[in-house]
Amino acid sequence: MDALTRMTAAQIAAVLASGDVSAAEVAQAHLDRVALTDAKVHAFLHVAADDAVKAARAVDAKRAAGEPLGPLAGVPLALKDVFTTKDMPTTSGSRILEGWQPPYDATITARLRAAGVVILGKTNMDEFAMGSSTENSAFGPSRNPWDLDRVPGGSSGGSSAAVAAFQVPLAIGTDTGGSIRQPAAVCGIVGVKPTYGGSSRYGLVAFASSLDTPGPLARTVLDAALLHEAISGHDPRDSTSIDAPVPPVVEAARHPDVSGMKIGVVTELRGDGYQPGVLARFQQAVELLESAGAKIIEVSCPHFRYALPAYYLIAPSECSSNLARFDGMRYGLRVGDDGTRSAEEVMSATREAGFGAEVKRRIMLGTYALSSGYYDAYYGKAQQVRTLIARDFDTAFGQADVLVSPATPTTAFPIGERADDPMAMYLADLCTIPSNLAGNAALSVPCGLAGEDGLPVGMQIMAPVLADDRIYRVGAAAEAAFAARCGHLLPEAAPPLEETR
Amino acid sequence: MPITRDEVAHLARLSRLALDDAELEHLAAQLDVIITAVARVQEVAADDIPPTSHAVPMTNVLRGDELVPPLSAAEVLAQAPAVQQQRFRVPRILAED
Repeated sequence: MDALTRMTAAQIAAVLASGDVSAAEVAQAHLDRVALTDAKVHAFLHVAADDAVKAARAVDAKRAAGEPLGPLAGVPLALKDVFTTKDMPTTSGSRILEGWQPPYDATITARLRAAGVVILGKTNMDEFAMGSSTENSAFGPSRNPWDLDRVPGGSSGGSSAAVAAFQVPLAIGTDTGGSIRQPAAVCGIVGVKPTYGGSSRYGLVAFASSLDTPGPLARTVLDAALLHEAISGHDPRDSTSIDAPVPPVVEAARHPDVSGMKIGVVTELRGDGYQPGVLARFQQAVELLESAGAKIIEVSCPHFRYALPAYYLIAPSECSSNLARFDGMRYGLRVGDDGTRSAEEVMSATREAGFGAEVKRRIMLGTYALSSGYYDAYYGKAQQVRTLIARDFDTAFGQADVLVSPATPTTAFPIGERADDPMAMYLADLCTIPSNLAGNAALSVPCGLAGEDGLPVGMQIMAPVLADDRIYRVGAAAEAAFAARCGHLLPEAAPPLEETR
Repeated sequence: MPITRDEVAHLARLSRLALDDAELEHLAAQLDVIITAVARVQEVAADDIPPTSHAVPMTNVLRGDELVPPLSAAEVLAQAPAVQQQRFRVPRILAED
């Protein structure tokens, strides 16, 4: 493998600054890696090779002219296909948007471009970000670089697979119920859900607006922090964007000191249904943090067991409303417009043809939960549970600086195993959903391979709203302790794709 | 009370989804399982608990009333399924009678 593609984003930034390598060479090395491996991994829905090289040359020209450049200028990145891009198609993994070229850039897209980040292309995802495996993509699943017969997680599975396969050092995903942390965990990389409102939703194809949160994926905690800082901050175009300074995440990632910190292990996020190898690696990671000087305590969050049911009322309700915009009238697919059918018939035929099974399931579920006679018993109760979960977090953060749990109950499951069993699929997000409902910051960091199957395990670290720096400080400490024990970072142990199972 | 096929057909009409018979059957069974599972929220949420709609609540979010250039008509219509006289052409919206 090319040495440039083995580098972290921070290392690439350093060699670019030294002038030894050009951004164009860096972009080309990663494009070559994509060309070599993506027939197996299928991380990308669209590769913009020419535009990427052009963007990289523009960074090289600015550097040569002595113009100021951001810390990630010239570093390649993969963008989840849920963000609008005016020079690339945006499908959200759906046939209903196949071929759609948006007329504007999302705020995240615009900030990446302004930072000189080189966008190589758009990554695969579960349709409208609904899923935990990428199997709900209308364009076929992505595959886990650790085992090509297994899922890379989801919905940001194309982004996690691209980073784990060394196609890019950085990717952007979105996390509504775990869609960054869960794919990061099962692909053995770092994934972060920032505080809700810390990163802009403008130009993000909406799934569940009160939960959707863009965030970074990377192979190291520091790289994730650098990307977090580049995309975050107030955006007047998103009315839920927080008008406050971005927490000092890069500074925190550079100072992985947990001595004296109180770390709470959540009682409710382990036990039955958790794979023994996942629990063993999680326990080991907790012990490493204790050896590094943290004080470990046990905390109880009794309402977390109701988080999954509350989420599967709130998210489908919001989705049934958000996806009403796909009516076949102004953009996207239109089916059956033969002069005899009414607008309403064309709309129903278009949505039937354009949406996949899981999207239809969630629209129907949300329509049910919001219909008169059921609203109070379902959607209303779910919103009350959301309050109880936020109160559990408040109590727990009164005792501990951060909370920890496994990021997922199991390692990556085989492609096809849960495809038509929605309840089994939904369990993949058991540990991650509480932080979406409460809006707080959470990160998944690799903590080893499960004994049974040799597949990656992630530890989740959760911190209060706007205390995102704490998850980076503890995440970096866990990463450093793992590296000291094993002699390498976990992502470096991913099989070269030529020899993958 | 299990969800009936007729209820599922009604939901499909509300959702503007022209589901076929096989999908209605399949979805009725799946929705029943999911709704039974999510109904557990009723076990715990007492009436005196306030609802949360947003995790980070904000009120009266305003931005400066500044003029910015809008997209051109050509940009807006470029991705339309059908265009006529610089407008979106849509199927008929009223019944014939």
